[in-house]
Amino acid sequence: MVLEFFRKQKYVTVKANQEKRDIPEGLWVKCTRCSEIIYTKELEKNYKVCHKCNYHFRLTARERINMILDADSFTEYDSQLTSSNPLNFEGYEEKILKSQETTGLKEAVVTGEGTINGYPVVLAVMDSRFIMASMGSVVGEKITRAIERALEKKYPLIIFAASGGARMQEGMLSLMQMAKTSAALARFDKAGLLYISVLTDPTTGGVTASFASLGDIIIAEPGALIAFTGPRVIEQTIKQKLPEGFQRAEFMRQHGFVDMIVSRDKMRETLANILELHVKEE
Amino acid sequence: MASTLDFEKPIIELENKIKELKTFAEEKKIDLSDEIIKLEQRAEELKKSTYQNLIPWQKVLIARHPERPNSLDYIKLLITDFMELHGDRLYGDDPAVIGGIGRFQGQPVTVIGHVKGKDTKENVARNFGMAHPEGYRKALRLMKQAEKFNRPVLFFVDTPGAYPGMGAEERGQGEAIARDLMVMSALKTPLITVVIGEGGSGGALAFSVADRLLMQEYAYFSVSTPEACASILWKDGTKAREAAEALRLTAQDLLELGVIDGIIKEPLGGAHRDYKSAAEYVSKEISKHLNELLQCSIDTILEERYKKFRAMGHIG
Repeated sequence: MVLEFFRKQKYVTVKANQEKRDIPEGLWVKCTRCSEIIYTKELEKNYKVCHKCNYHFRLTARERINMILDADSFTEYDSQLTSSNPLNFEGYEEKILKSQETTGLKEAVVTGEGTINGYPVVLAVMDSRFIMASMGSVVGEKITRAIERALEKKYPLIIFAASGGARMQEGMLSLMQMAKTSAALARFDKAGLLYISVLTDPTTGGVTASFASLGDIIIAEPGALIAFTGPRVIEQTIKQKLPEGFQRAEFMRQHGFVDMIVSRDKMRETLANILELHVKEE
Repeated sequence: MASTLDFEKPIIELENKIKELKTFAEEKKIDLSDEIIKLEQRAEELKKSTYQNLIPWQKVLIARHPERPNSLDYIKLLITDFMELHGDRLYGDDPAVIGGIGRFQGQPVTVIGHVKGKDTKENVARNFGMAHPEGYRKALRLMKQAEKFNRPVLFFVDTPGAYPGMGAEERGQGEAIARDLMVMSALKTPLITVVIGEGGSGGALAFSVADRLLMQEYAYFSVSTPEACASILWKDGTKAREAAEALRLTAQDLLELGVIDGIIKEPLGGAHRDYKSAAEYVSKEISKHLNELLQCSIDTILEERYKKFRAMGHIG
Protein backbone atom coordinates (compact mmCIF):
# COMPACT_ATOMS: atom_id res chain seq x y z
CA MET A 1 0.00 0.00 0.00
CA VAL A 2 0.98 3.59 -0.54
CA LEU A 3 0.00 4.48 3.00
CA GLU A 4 2.40 1.93 4.28
CA PHE A 5 5.14 4.09 2.85
CA PHE A 6 4.22 7.02 5.10
CA ARG A 7 4.05 4.98 8.24
CA LYS A 8 6.46 5.84 10.90
CA GLN A 9 9.51 3.69 10.69
CA LYS A 10 9.88 1.30 13.52
CA TYR A 11 13.09 1.36 15.44
CA VAL A 12 14.69 -1.30 17.47
CA THR A 13 14.59 -0.35 21.14
CA VAL A 14 17.82 -0.71 22.96
CA LYS A 15 17.72 -1.16 26.67
CA ALA A 16 19.18 1.88 28.37
CA ASN A 17 21.44 0.03 30.75
CA GLN A 18 23.31 -1.63 27.90
CA GLU A 19 24.25 1.67 26.34
CA LYS A 20 24.91 3.75 29.43
CA ARG A 21 28.53 4.50 29.93
CA ASP A 22 29.85 3.89 33.36
CA ILE A 23 30.40 7.40 34.73
CA PRO A 24 31.15 7.74 38.41
CA GLU A 25 28.42 9.82 39.98
CA GLY A 26 29.10 13.50 40.39
CA LEU A 27 32.04 13.69 38.04
CA TRP A 28 30.17 15.88 35.60
CA VAL A 29 27.50 18.51 36.18
CA LYS A 30 25.04 20.06 33.78
CA CYS A 31 24.72 23.84 34.02
CA THR A 32 21.23 24.78 35.21
CA ARG A 33 21.03 27.68 32.80
CA CYS A 34 22.92 26.79 29.60
CA SER A 35 23.04 22.99 29.92
CA GLU A 36 26.79 22.96 29.38
CA ILE A 37 28.35 19.78 30.74
CA ILE A 38 31.05 20.80 33.18
CA TYR A 39 33.73 18.72 34.85
CA THR A 40 32.95 18.94 38.58
CA LYS A 41 36.51 19.69 39.62
CA GLU A 42 36.67 22.43 37.03
CA LEU A 43 33.43 23.90 38.38
CA GLU A 44 34.72 23.87 41.93
CA LYS A 45 37.93 25.55 40.91
CA ASN A 46 35.82 28.22 39.24
CA TYR A 47 33.88 29.02 42.46
CA LYS A 48 30.95 26.97 41.19
CA VAL A 49 30.36 29.36 38.33
CA CYS A 50 29.66 28.09 34.81
CA HIS A 51 32.63 29.03 32.62
CA LYS A 52 30.38 29.34 29.60
CA CYS A 53 27.37 31.40 30.76
CA ASN A 54 28.54 32.76 34.14
CA TYR A 55 25.67 31.03 35.94
CA HIS A 56 26.35 31.09 39.67
CA PHE A 57 25.41 27.69 41.07
CA ARG A 58 23.75 27.86 44.47
CA LEU A 59 26.22 27.24 47.25
CA THR A 60 25.81 25.41 50.51
CA ALA A 61 26.50 27.45 53.62
CA ARG A 62 29.77 25.58 54.23
CA GLU A 63 31.00 26.14 50.69
CA ARG A 64 30.26 29.82 51.06
CA ILE A 65 32.05 30.12 54.38
CA ASN A 66 35.10 28.35 52.94
CA MET A 67 35.17 30.73 49.99
CA ILE A 68 34.81 33.90 52.04
CA LEU A 69 36.64 33.49 55.33
CA ASP A 70 40.33 32.99 56.01
CA ALA A 71 41.12 29.29 56.31
CA ASP A 72 40.25 27.79 59.70
CA SER A 73 39.13 31.14 61.10
CA PHE A 74 35.46 30.24 61.52
CA THR A 75 33.89 29.70 64.92
CA GLU A 76 30.25 28.73 64.68
CA TYR A 77 27.51 30.14 66.92
CA ASP A 78 24.40 28.29 68.07
CA SER A 79 24.99 25.29 65.85
CA GLN A 80 22.62 23.10 67.84
CA LEU A 81 19.57 25.35 67.75
CA THR A 82 16.65 23.46 66.21
CA SER A 83 13.05 24.23 65.35
CA SER A 84 10.10 22.90 67.26
CA ASN A 85 6.64 22.61 65.84
CA PRO A 86 4.85 25.40 67.74
CA LEU A 87 1.61 25.20 65.73
CA ASN A 88 1.60 21.39 65.55
CA PHE A 89 1.61 21.81 61.81
CA GLU A 90 1.09 18.51 60.07
CA GLY A 91 4.24 17.09 58.51
CA TYR A 92 6.55 19.86 59.73
CA GLU A 93 8.75 17.72 61.98
CA GLU A 94 9.30 15.21 59.18
CA LYS A 95 10.19 18.02 56.82
CA ILE A 96 12.81 19.36 59.23
CA LEU A 97 14.26 15.92 59.87
CA LYS A 98 14.55 15.27 56.15
CA SER A 99 16.29 18.59 55.57
CA GLN A 100 18.63 17.91 58.47
CA GLU A 101 19.55 14.57 56.96
CA THR A 102 20.17 15.84 53.45
CA THR A 103 22.09 18.96 54.47
CA GLY A 104 23.86 17.93 57.65
CA LEU A 105 22.67 21.24 59.10
CA LYS A 106 20.32 21.81 62.02
CA GLU A 107 18.62 24.77 60.39
CA ALA A 108 18.65 26.95 57.27
CA VAL A 109 21.27 29.43 58.42
CA VAL A 110 24.83 29.02 59.68
CA THR A 111 26.16 31.86 61.85
CA GLY A 112 29.48 32.57 63.47
CA GLU A 113 32.59 34.67 63.39
CA GLY A 114 35.83 34.58 61.50
CA THR A 115 38.24 36.75 59.60
CA ILE A 116 38.52 38.02 56.02
CA ASN A 117 42.09 39.02 55.20
CA GLY A 118 42.56 39.24 58.93
CA TYR A 119 39.56 41.54 59.52
CA PRO A 120 37.19 40.04 62.08
CA VAL A 121 33.54 39.77 61.08
CA VAL A 122 30.33 38.18 62.23
CA LEU A 123 28.91 36.15 59.38
CA ALA A 124 25.53 34.57 58.68
CA VAL A 125 25.00 32.39 55.63
CA MET A 126 21.67 30.95 54.56
CA ASP A 127 21.44 27.58 52.88
CA SER A 128 18.61 27.22 50.38
CA ARG A 129 18.68 23.42 50.50
CA PHE A 130 17.05 23.57 53.92
CA ILE A 131 13.28 24.07 53.26
CA MET A 132 14.22 26.80 50.76
CA ALA A 133 15.95 28.65 53.61
CA SER A 134 12.58 29.84 54.75
CA MET A 135 12.71 31.94 57.92
CA GLY A 136 11.17 30.30 60.95
CA SER A 137 11.81 31.04 64.61
CA VAL A 138 15.28 29.49 64.63
CA VAL A 139 16.52 31.26 61.51
CA GLY A 140 15.26 34.55 62.96
CA GLU A 141 16.78 33.79 66.35
CA LYS A 142 20.20 32.81 64.97
CA ILE A 143 20.36 35.91 62.81
CA THR A 144 19.27 38.12 65.70
CA ARG A 145 21.88 36.58 68.00
CA ALA A 146 24.52 37.08 65.33
CA ILE A 147 23.54 40.76 65.06
CA GLU A 148 23.66 41.13 68.82
CA ARG A 149 27.08 39.47 69.05
CA ALA A 150 28.42 41.72 66.32
CA LEU A 151 27.08 44.68 68.28
CA GLU A 152 28.70 43.46 71.48
CA LYS A 153 32.06 42.86 69.83
CA LYS A 154 31.77 45.91 67.57
CA TYR A 155 32.47 43.70 64.56
CA PRO A 156 31.15 44.34 61.07
CA LEU A 157 28.26 42.08 60.11
CA ILE A 158 27.91 40.24 56.80
CA ILE A 159 24.78 38.29 55.94
CA PHE A 160 24.54 36.14 52.82
CA ALA A 161 20.81 36.02 52.21
CA ALA A 162 18.98 33.33 50.30
CA SER A 163 15.40 32.48 51.10
CA GLY A 164 12.02 31.49 49.80
CA GLY A 165 10.47 33.76 52.44
CA ALA A 166 8.65 33.17 55.68
CA ARG A 167 8.20 29.60 56.90
CA MET A 168 4.53 28.90 56.47
CA GLN A 169 4.52 26.05 59.01
CA GLU A 170 5.29 28.42 61.88
CA GLY A 171 2.58 30.89 60.95
CA MET A 172 2.77 34.29 62.62
CA LEU A 173 5.78 33.29 64.70
CA SER A 174 7.64 33.10 61.43
CA LEU A 175 6.37 36.49 60.20
CA MET A 176 7.43 38.07 63.48
CA GLN A 177 11.05 37.11 62.78
CA MET A 178 11.04 39.92 60.22
CA ALA A 179 10.24 42.38 63.00
CA LYS A 180 12.74 40.79 65.38
CA THR A 181 15.70 40.86 62.99
CA SER A 182 14.86 44.38 61.78
CA ALA A 183 14.64 45.65 65.36
CA ALA A 184 18.05 44.15 66.15
CA LEU A 185 19.46 45.81 63.04
CA ALA A 186 18.03 49.17 64.14
CA ARG A 187 20.17 48.93 67.29
CA PHE A 188 23.18 47.77 65.32
CA ASP A 189 22.71 50.66 62.91
CA LYS A 190 22.44 53.20 65.72
CA ALA A 191 25.77 52.00 67.12
CA GLY A 192 27.45 53.11 63.89
CA LEU A 193 28.55 49.64 62.86
CA LEU A 194 28.85 48.28 59.35
CA TYR A 195 26.36 45.78 57.91
CA ILE A 196 26.97 44.33 54.45
CA SER A 197 24.05 42.43 52.99
CA VAL A 198 24.85 40.03 50.16
CA LEU A 199 21.86 38.86 48.14
CA THR A 200 22.23 35.47 46.51
CA ASP A 201 19.89 33.37 44.43
CA PRO A 202 17.06 33.42 45.44
CA THR A 203 16.33 36.15 47.99
CA THR A 204 12.59 36.61 48.28
CA GLY A 205 9.60 37.26 50.51
CA GLY A 206 9.99 38.03 54.19
CA VAL A 207 13.78 38.01 54.04
CA THR A 208 13.79 40.63 51.26
CA ALA A 209 11.25 42.60 53.30
CA SER A 210 13.47 42.61 56.36
CA PHE A 211 17.20 42.25 57.06
CA ALA A 212 18.31 41.55 53.48
CA SER A 213 17.20 45.03 52.35
CA LEU A 214 18.67 46.90 55.31
CA GLY A 215 22.40 46.74 54.62
CA ASP A 216 24.60 49.83 54.66
CA ILE A 217 25.99 48.28 51.53
CA ILE A 218 23.98 45.80 49.50
CA ILE A 219 25.82 43.46 47.14
CA ALA A 220 24.20 40.95 44.81
CA GLU A 221 25.55 37.96 42.95
CA PRO A 222 25.11 38.08 39.17
CA GLY A 223 21.74 36.78 38.01
CA ALA A 224 20.34 36.29 41.51
CA LEU A 225 16.57 36.46 41.83
CA ILE A 226 15.75 39.27 44.26
CA ALA A 227 12.08 39.80 44.92
CA PHE A 228 9.42 40.47 47.48
CA THR A 229 6.70 38.64 45.58
CA GLY A 230 8.10 35.80 43.49
CA PRO A 231 7.68 35.89 39.69
CA ARG A 232 5.15 33.05 39.61
CA VAL A 233 2.71 34.85 41.89
CA ILE A 234 3.09 38.12 39.98
CA GLU A 235 2.42 36.35 36.70
CA GLN A 236 -0.72 34.84 38.21
CA THR A 237 -1.85 38.25 39.46
CA ILE A 238 -1.26 40.28 36.30
CA LYS A 239 -2.02 37.33 34.00
CA GLN A 240 0.93 37.94 31.71
CA LYS A 241 4.48 36.80 31.35
CA LEU A 242 7.20 38.86 33.02
CA PRO A 243 9.95 40.28 30.83
CA GLU A 244 13.31 38.53 30.68
CA GLY A 245 15.56 39.56 33.56
CA PHE A 246 12.75 40.93 35.74
CA GLN A 247 13.73 40.86 39.43
CA ARG A 248 17.25 39.69 38.66
CA ALA A 249 20.26 41.29 40.35
CA GLU A 250 21.02 43.48 37.33
CA PHE A 251 17.41 44.72 37.27
CA MET A 252 17.52 45.47 40.98
CA ARG A 253 20.71 47.47 40.59
CA GLN A 254 19.17 49.41 37.72
CA HIS A 255 16.18 50.22 39.94
CA GLY A 256 18.33 51.41 42.80
CA PHE A 257 18.09 48.59 45.32
CA VAL A 258 21.55 47.07 45.00
CA ASP A 259 24.87 48.91 45.32
CA MET A 260 26.91 46.53 43.23
CA ILE A 261 26.92 43.20 41.54
CA VAL A 262 29.97 41.17 42.40
CA SER A 263 30.84 37.87 40.77
CA ARG A 264 31.92 35.09 43.04
CA ASP A 265 35.61 35.12 42.23
CA LYS A 266 35.76 38.77 43.35
CA MET A 267 33.49 38.49 46.40
CA ARG A 268 36.09 37.87 49.09
CA GLU A 269 38.35 40.60 47.78
CA THR A 270 35.46 43.08 47.53
CA LEU A 271 34.34 42.36 51.09
CA ALA A 272 37.91 42.75 52.33
CA ASN A 273 38.19 46.12 50.58
CA ILE A 274 34.97 47.37 52.11
CA LEU A 275 36.04 46.17 55.55
CA GLU A 276 39.37 47.93 55.16
CA LEU A 277 37.63 51.20 54.30
CA HIS A 278 35.60 50.96 57.50
CA VAL A 279 38.39 50.28 59.94
CA LYS A 280 38.07 52.80 62.74
CA GLU A 281 41.17 54.48 64.02
CA GLU A 282 41.40 53.82 67.72
CA MET B 1 -28.08 43.54 54.07
CA ALA B 2 -26.44 43.21 50.69
CA SER B 3 -23.97 40.48 51.47
CA THR B 4 -24.81 37.83 53.99
CA LEU B 5 -22.46 35.07 55.05
CA ASP B 6 -23.96 31.55 55.09
CA PHE B 7 -23.86 31.16 58.84
CA GLU B 8 -25.46 34.59 59.30
CA LYS B 9 -28.53 33.66 57.25
CA PRO B 10 -30.69 31.97 59.93
CA ILE B 11 -30.02 34.85 62.31
CA ILE B 12 -30.87 37.49 59.78
CA GLU B 13 -34.02 35.64 58.69
CA LEU B 14 -35.18 35.50 62.28
CA GLU B 15 -34.40 39.16 62.80
CA ASN B 16 -36.38 40.06 59.71
CA LYS B 17 -39.34 38.05 60.97
CA ILE B 18 -39.26 39.91 64.26
CA LYS B 19 -39.23 43.20 62.39
CA GLU B 20 -42.20 42.12 60.30
CA LEU B 21 -44.08 41.00 63.36
CA LYS B 22 -43.43 44.33 65.06
CA THR B 23 -44.74 46.30 62.09
CA PHE B 24 -47.72 43.99 61.84
CA ALA B 25 -48.54 44.43 65.53
CA GLU B 26 -48.27 48.17 65.28
CA GLU B 27 -50.38 48.44 62.16
CA LYS B 28 -53.12 46.16 63.44
CA LYS B 29 -52.79 47.46 67.00
CA ILE B 30 -52.51 43.94 68.37
CA ASP B 31 -50.39 43.18 71.41
CA LEU B 32 -47.81 40.60 70.31
CA SER B 33 -45.13 41.68 72.77
CA ASP B 34 -44.91 38.24 74.44
CA GLU B 35 -44.21 36.53 71.12
CA ILE B 36 -41.81 39.24 70.11
CA ILE B 37 -39.84 38.98 73.32
CA LYS B 38 -39.65 35.22 72.94
CA LEU B 39 -38.43 35.52 69.37
CA GLU B 40 -35.90 38.15 70.33
CA GLN B 41 -34.55 35.89 73.03
CA ARG B 42 -34.29 33.11 70.48
CA ALA B 43 -32.45 35.36 68.08
CA GLU B 44 -30.06 36.38 70.82
CA GLU B 45 -29.39 32.75 71.76
CA LEU B 46 -28.92 31.77 68.14
CA LYS B 47 -26.40 34.58 67.70
CA LYS B 48 -24.53 33.60 70.82
CA SER B 49 -24.31 29.94 69.91
CA THR B 50 -23.32 30.75 66.33
CA TYR B 51 -20.61 33.23 67.23
CA GLN B 52 -19.20 31.21 70.10
CA ASN B 53 -18.61 28.28 67.79
CA LEU B 54 -17.09 29.92 64.75
CA ILE B 55 -14.31 28.01 63.04
CA PRO B 56 -11.22 30.01 61.95
CA TRP B 57 -12.35 30.11 58.34
CA GLN B 58 -15.65 31.72 59.35
CA LYS B 59 -13.70 34.38 61.24
CA VAL B 60 -11.67 35.04 58.11
CA LEU B 61 -14.95 35.55 56.25
CA ILE B 62 -16.16 38.02 58.89
CA ALA B 63 -12.81 39.82 58.75
CA ARG B 64 -13.30 40.17 55.00
CA HIS B 65 -16.94 41.11 55.15
CA PRO B 66 -17.48 43.86 52.56
CA GLU B 67 -19.56 45.85 55.02
CA ARG B 68 -17.10 45.59 57.85
CA PRO B 69 -16.08 49.05 59.11
CA ASN B 70 -12.78 50.10 57.53
CA SER B 71 -10.09 52.57 58.58
CA LEU B 72 -12.12 55.49 57.25
CA ASP B 73 -15.06 54.52 59.47
CA TYR B 74 -12.91 54.27 62.59
CA ILE B 75 -11.26 57.59 61.79
CA LYS B 76 -14.67 59.16 61.40
CA LEU B 77 -15.93 57.65 64.66
CA LEU B 78 -12.81 58.05 66.83
CA ILE B 79 -10.70 60.93 65.55
CA THR B 80 -11.74 64.56 65.74
CA ASP B 81 -10.28 67.33 63.57
CA PHE B 82 -8.83 64.72 61.23
CA MET B 83 -6.73 66.04 58.38
CA GLU B 84 -5.48 63.68 55.72
CA LEU B 85 -1.85 64.11 54.67
CA HIS B 86 -0.90 62.80 51.26
CA GLY B 87 2.15 61.43 49.52
CA ASP B 88 5.52 59.87 50.19
CA ARG B 89 7.55 62.82 48.77
CA LEU B 90 9.36 60.34 46.55
CA TYR B 91 6.99 58.97 43.98
CA GLY B 92 3.29 59.37 44.67
CA ASP B 93 0.33 59.01 46.94
CA ASP B 94 -0.98 55.52 47.56
CA PRO B 95 -4.76 55.45 48.01
CA ALA B 96 -4.51 52.01 49.67
CA VAL B 97 -3.03 53.72 52.73
CA ILE B 98 -4.55 56.65 54.55
CA GLY B 99 -2.47 58.87 56.79
CA GLY B 100 -3.13 62.02 58.70
CA ILE B 101 -3.29 63.91 61.94
CA GLY B 102 -6.09 64.64 64.36
CA ARG B 103 -7.14 64.16 67.95
CA PHE B 104 -8.03 61.01 69.83
CA GLN B 105 -9.94 62.01 72.98
CA GLY B 106 -8.26 65.39 72.80
CA GLN B 107 -4.74 63.98 72.39
CA PRO B 108 -3.01 64.90 69.10
CA VAL B 109 -2.19 61.70 67.20
CA THR B 110 -1.00 60.55 63.82
CA VAL B 111 -3.23 57.94 62.21
CA ILE B 112 -2.07 55.50 59.54
CA GLY B 113 -4.15 52.69 58.09
CA HIS B 114 -4.80 50.46 55.11
CA VAL B 115 -8.07 51.25 53.38
CA LYS B 116 -10.20 48.62 51.71
CA GLY B 117 -13.24 49.67 49.72
CA LYS B 118 -16.78 48.51 50.37
CA ASP B 119 -17.83 48.03 46.76
CA THR B 120 -16.08 47.31 43.51
CA LYS B 121 -15.68 50.95 42.59
CA GLU B 122 -14.15 51.88 45.93
CA ASN B 123 -12.00 48.78 45.90
CA VAL B 124 -10.60 49.58 42.48
CA ALA B 125 -9.77 53.09 43.69
CA ARG B 126 -8.17 51.72 46.88
CA ASN B 127 -6.50 48.76 45.17
CA PHE B 128 -8.37 46.45 47.60
CA GLY B 129 -6.26 47.79 50.44
CA MET B 130 -3.08 46.35 48.91
CA ALA B 131 -0.36 48.96 49.25
CA HIS B 132 2.51 49.76 46.91
CA PRO B 133 5.93 50.88 48.18
CA GLU B 134 4.73 54.50 48.13
CA GLY B 135 2.07 53.54 50.70
CA TYR B 136 4.70 52.14 53.06
CA ARG B 137 6.94 55.16 52.42
CA LYS B 138 4.10 57.59 53.08
CA ALA B 139 3.61 55.77 56.37
CA LEU B 140 7.34 56.03 57.07
CA ARG B 141 7.32 59.77 56.45
CA LEU B 142 4.33 60.27 58.73
CA MET B 143 5.88 58.11 61.45
CA LYS B 144 9.01 60.23 61.47
CA GLN B 145 6.88 63.35 61.50
CA ALA B 146 4.95 61.98 64.48
CA GLU B 147 8.24 61.30 66.28
CA LYS B 148 9.37 64.86 65.64
CA PHE B 149 6.22 66.31 67.17
CA ASN B 150 5.88 63.72 69.95
CA ARG B 151 2.59 62.46 68.64
CA PRO B 152 1.57 58.89 69.38
CA VAL B 153 0.72 56.90 66.24
CA LEU B 154 -2.42 54.80 65.83
CA PHE B 155 -2.30 52.19 63.08
CA PHE B 156 -5.28 50.40 61.58
CA VAL B 157 -4.28 47.20 59.81
CA ASP B 158 -6.65 45.90 57.15
CA THR B 159 -5.02 44.42 54.07
CA PRO B 160 -4.93 41.10 52.24
CA GLY B 161 -1.21 41.81 51.71
CA ALA B 162 1.24 44.09 49.96
CA TYR B 163 0.41 44.40 46.27
CA PRO B 164 2.09 41.66 44.21
CA GLY B 165 2.61 43.57 40.97
CA MET B 166 5.37 44.68 38.63
CA GLY B 167 5.43 48.34 39.66
CA ALA B 168 5.56 47.38 43.31
CA GLU B 169 8.62 45.21 42.67
CA GLU B 170 10.33 47.84 40.51
CA ARG B 171 9.93 50.40 43.26
CA GLY B 172 11.19 48.09 46.00
CA GLN B 173 8.26 46.61 47.88
CA GLY B 174 10.66 44.59 50.05
CA GLU B 175 12.84 47.55 50.95
CA ALA B 176 9.82 49.72 51.74
CA ILE B 177 8.40 47.19 54.20
CA ALA B 178 11.80 46.41 55.72
CA ARG B 179 12.42 50.11 56.36
CA ASP B 180 9.06 50.48 58.11
CA LEU B 181 9.88 47.54 60.39
CA MET B 182 13.30 48.90 61.29
CA VAL B 183 12.21 52.49 61.86
CA MET B 184 9.07 51.52 63.80
CA SER B 185 11.06 49.30 66.13
CA ALA B 186 12.99 52.33 67.38
CA LEU B 187 10.53 55.20 66.82
CA LYS B 188 10.53 57.51 69.82
CA THR B 189 6.81 57.84 70.35
CA PRO B 190 4.08 55.45 71.56
CA LEU B 191 2.69 53.16 68.86
CA ILE B 192 -0.61 51.30 68.96
CA THR B 193 -1.80 48.99 66.20
CA VAL B 194 -5.31 47.61 65.86
CA VAL B 195 -5.96 44.87 63.32
CA ILE B 196 -9.51 45.71 62.25
CA GLY B 197 -10.01 43.12 59.52
CA GLU B 198 -7.41 41.33 57.47
CA GLY B 199 -3.83 41.12 58.64
CA GLY B 200 -2.23 39.75 55.50
CA SER B 201 1.46 38.93 55.72
CA GLY B 202 4.35 41.40 55.42
CA GLY B 203 2.08 44.13 54.13
CA ALA B 204 0.22 44.05 57.45
CA LEU B 205 3.34 43.55 59.56
CA ALA B 206 4.74 46.81 58.19
CA PHE B 207 2.35 48.68 60.51
CA SER B 208 2.54 46.24 63.42
CA VAL B 209 5.86 46.73 65.20
CA ALA B 210 3.98 48.59 67.90
CA ASP B 211 4.02 48.85 71.70
CA ARG B 212 0.55 47.38 71.69
CA LEU B 213 -0.61 45.07 68.95
CA LEU B 214 -4.34 44.57 69.37
CA MET B 215 -6.81 42.59 67.32
CA GLN B 216 -10.53 42.78 67.04
CA GLU B 217 -12.31 39.62 68.01
CA TYR B 218 -13.01 38.47 64.43
CA ALA B 219 -9.94 39.90 62.73
CA TYR B 220 -7.20 37.59 61.49
CA PHE B 221 -3.44 37.99 61.13
CA SER B 222 -1.49 35.49 59.13
CA VAL B 223 1.89 34.78 57.60
CA SER B 224 0.02 34.54 54.28
CA THR B 225 -3.59 34.41 53.22
CA PRO B 226 -5.07 30.95 53.81
CA GLU B 227 -5.51 30.62 50.04
CA ALA B 228 -1.84 31.34 49.34
CA CYS B 229 -0.74 28.99 52.11
CA ALA B 230 -2.89 26.18 50.73
CA SER B 231 -1.57 26.69 47.23
CA ILE B 232 2.06 26.89 48.34
CA LEU B 233 2.06 23.96 50.77
CA TRP B 234 -0.55 21.68 49.29
CA LYS B 235 -0.67 22.98 45.71
CA ASP B 236 -4.41 23.38 46.20
CA GLY B 237 -5.85 26.86 46.66
CA THR B 238 -9.26 25.45 47.50
CA LYS B 239 -8.02 24.10 50.82
CA ALA B 240 -8.12 27.56 52.38
CA ARG B 241 -10.47 26.40 55.12
CA GLU B 242 -7.95 23.77 56.27
CA ALA B 243 -5.09 26.28 56.01
CA ALA B 244 -7.01 28.78 58.15
CA GLU B 245 -7.23 26.07 60.79
CA ALA B 246 -3.55 25.09 60.60
CA LEU B 247 -2.09 28.60 60.53
CA ARG B 248 -3.58 29.63 63.89
CA LEU B 249 -4.45 33.05 62.59
CA THR B 250 -7.33 34.07 64.84
CA ALA B 251 -7.02 36.71 67.53
CA GLN B 252 -7.57 34.04 70.19
CA ASP B 253 -4.78 31.82 68.80
CA LEU B 254 -2.37 34.72 68.47
CA LEU B 255 -2.95 35.91 72.01
CA GLU B 256 -2.15 32.40 73.19
CA LEU B 257 1.01 32.30 71.04
CA GLY B 258 2.15 35.61 72.54
CA VAL B 259 2.08 37.42 69.21
CA ILE B 260 -0.52 40.04 70.17
CA ASP B 261 -1.15 42.02 73.34
CA GLY B 262 -4.92 42.01 73.49
CA ILE B 263 -8.26 41.27 71.88
CA ILE B 264 -10.88 43.94 71.33
CA LYS B 265 -14.44 42.76 71.74
CA GLU B 266 -16.86 43.21 68.87
CA PRO B 267 -20.63 43.56 69.00
CA LEU B 268 -22.40 40.22 68.76
CA GLY B 269 -22.50 39.21 65.12
CA GLY B 270 -19.38 41.17 64.20
CA ALA B 271 -18.36 44.80 63.77
CA HIS B 272 -20.33 45.12 60.54
CA ARG B 273 -23.60 44.65 62.44
CA ASP B 274 -23.07 47.71 64.62
CA TYR B 275 -20.40 50.27 63.69
CA LYS B 276 -20.97 52.49 66.68
CA SER B 277 -20.50 49.93 69.40
CA ALA B 278 -17.61 48.37 67.48
CA ALA B 279 -15.92 51.77 67.52
CA GLU B 280 -16.71 52.23 71.21
CA TYR B 281 -14.94 48.99 72.10
CA VAL B 282 -11.94 50.02 69.98
CA SER B 283 -11.92 53.47 71.56
CA LYS B 284 -11.97 52.07 75.08
CA GLU B 285 -9.02 49.76 74.45
CA ILE B 286 -6.92 52.35 72.63
CA SER B 287 -7.62 54.81 75.41
CA LYS B 288 -6.55 52.33 78.10
CA HIS B 289 -3.30 51.39 76.38
CA LEU B 290 -2.47 54.90 75.27
CA ASN B 291 -2.84 56.19 78.81
CA GLU B 292 -0.58 53.43 80.09
CA LEU B 293 2.04 54.30 77.51
CA LEU B 294 1.83 58.03 78.12
CA GLN B 295 2.72 57.36 81.76
CA CYS B 296 6.03 55.74 80.74
CA SER B 297 9.27 57.40 79.75
CA ILE B 298 10.20 56.99 76.10
CA ASP B 299 13.29 54.98 77.08
CA THR B 300 11.14 52.48 78.93
CA ILE B 301 8.76 52.28 76.00
CA LEU B 302 11.60 51.58 73.56
CA GLU B 303 13.17 49.00 75.85
CA GLU B 304 9.86 47.19 76.33
CA ARG B 305 9.10 47.31 72.63
CA TYR B 306 12.47 45.81 71.78
CA LYS B 307 12.12 43.11 74.40
CA LYS B 308 8.68 42.18 73.18
CA PHE B 309 9.75 41.60 69.58
CA ARG B 310 13.07 40.09 70.64
CA ALA B 311 11.15 37.35 72.43
CA MET B 312 9.02 36.41 69.41
CA GLY B 313 9.37 32.88 68.18
CA HIS B 314 9.60 29.38 69.49
CA ILE B 315 12.90 27.52 69.75
CA GLY B 316 13.02 23.74 70.11
